[in-house]
Amino acid sequence: MNGKQEKTEIILAGSVIGIIASLLVFLGNPENMGFCIACFLRDISGALGLHRAAAVQYLRPEIVGLVLGSFILALARKEYSVRGGSSPMTRFVLGFFVMIGCLMFLGCPFRMILRLAGGDLNALLGLGGFVVGILAGVWFLNRGYSLKRTYKLPQTEGMLFPAMQAVLLVLLIAAPSFIFFTEAGGGPGAKHAAIAVSLAAGLIVGALAQKTRLCMVGGIRDIVLFRETKLLSGFVAVFVLALVSNLILNAVSGGVFFKVGFAEQPVAHVDGLWNFLGMFLVGLGCVLLGGCPLRQLVLAGEGNTDSAITVLGLMVGAAFCHNFGLASSGAGPTANGKIGVIVGILVVAGIGAANTFRKEN
Amino acid sequence: MKELDARGLSCPEPVIMIRKAMASGEDAYTIIVDNLTSRENVTRYANHQGYQVAVKEENGEYRLSITR
Repeated sequence: MNGKQEKTEIILAGSVIGIIASLLVFLGNPENMGFCIACFLRDISGALGLHRAAAVQYLRPEIVGLVLGSFILALARKEYSVRGGSSPMTRFVLGFFVMIGCLMFLGCPFRMILRLAGGDLNALLGLGGFVVGILAGVWFLNRGYSLKRTYKLPQTEGMLFPAMQAVLLVLLIAAPSFIFFTEAGGGPGAKHAAIAVSLAAGLIVGALAQKTRLCMVGGIRDIVLFRETKLLSGFVAVFVLALVSNLILNAVSGGVFFKVGFAEQPVAHVDGLWNFLGMFLVGLGCVLLGGCPLRQLVLAGEGNTDSAITVLGLMVGAAFCHNFGLASSGAGPTANGKIGVIVGILVVAGIGAANTFRKEN
Repeated sequence: MKELDARGLSCPEPVIMIRKAMASGEDAYTIIVDNLTSRENVTRYANHQGYQVAVKEENGEYRLSITR
């Protein structure tokens, strides 16, 4: 396949994903949160009782769908390949701190785009930090940053993560009493589309992202590194079509799906500096990981167990944020969250330096 | 001809490897990658730089012959 075909394909995929994301809000998801990998992993951590923030506990079927959509398509296309062993512990730690950055800003890179498409101008500050973070990551890449090679691993190793997703789905449907669910009206965790709708949306987006390698970090990174626009065009397509869908929904549904401004945006705060720094941490951490949280889920579905470990790092990071008061709220960031982000930037930059300027033996 | 081993490396590392190698201005390179994403990305980059790419697959590995 040539470059032009690839680009057309990713623009189409991004467009479909943008429309699905907008529709998910119409069908019940929290505002500007058709998809948010960080928020949804955080909700799953909460549902499993790893944190007890009652407002954000739900087993999000979108996550299950993303992993299984990627898994099924990768199997069908014979791209499923079990690999791992490229600095898993480092990836866990990077995932942990990326989540701290996400919960400072209140969204992963995917939701950042969706917030922009909903008119939330705070996300512009986030985008600024994200781009600078990616530039910092590219600085390391250009100087030889590497987490070293992956190796082929047994089939069982690759199946465990998709199997865990299937278990989450069973737990969601069976809803045993030990799983925590936000009570109706109790916060974002209570807002969700029907299970089948969310699952189908996840499956479709997971498959499209597997096919096209869509990545929110890769888009900007590849422009800077190689002047390569394929991934960015997917990113832009998600934004444009989510924006258009929001505007149409605004006009026809009577609800509010698009509102330009900084103040009183849904699940967002107006502290520009910390929105910037939170997403700076996310941009830097994700470049060092090789992809945004969405891409990590998709790679985990393809059999990459390093990415599966990264997702576990994200989930533990989310639990940590809510157990120890690091996560921001509509009222703004917390003191603990600010400390967490500063520590995160130092640790992640340290990991970048250690894996760039090491002595080879 | 320069031969590069990018097996087990995930993108963008293989592309950075070939970009660095191309800085020497030779006419032919071989790079071995072991995943489709890397194969696509290296091919796309080489094409943009005005090189032709021929791919040979063996045991899930791809040997990319890049020539000008």
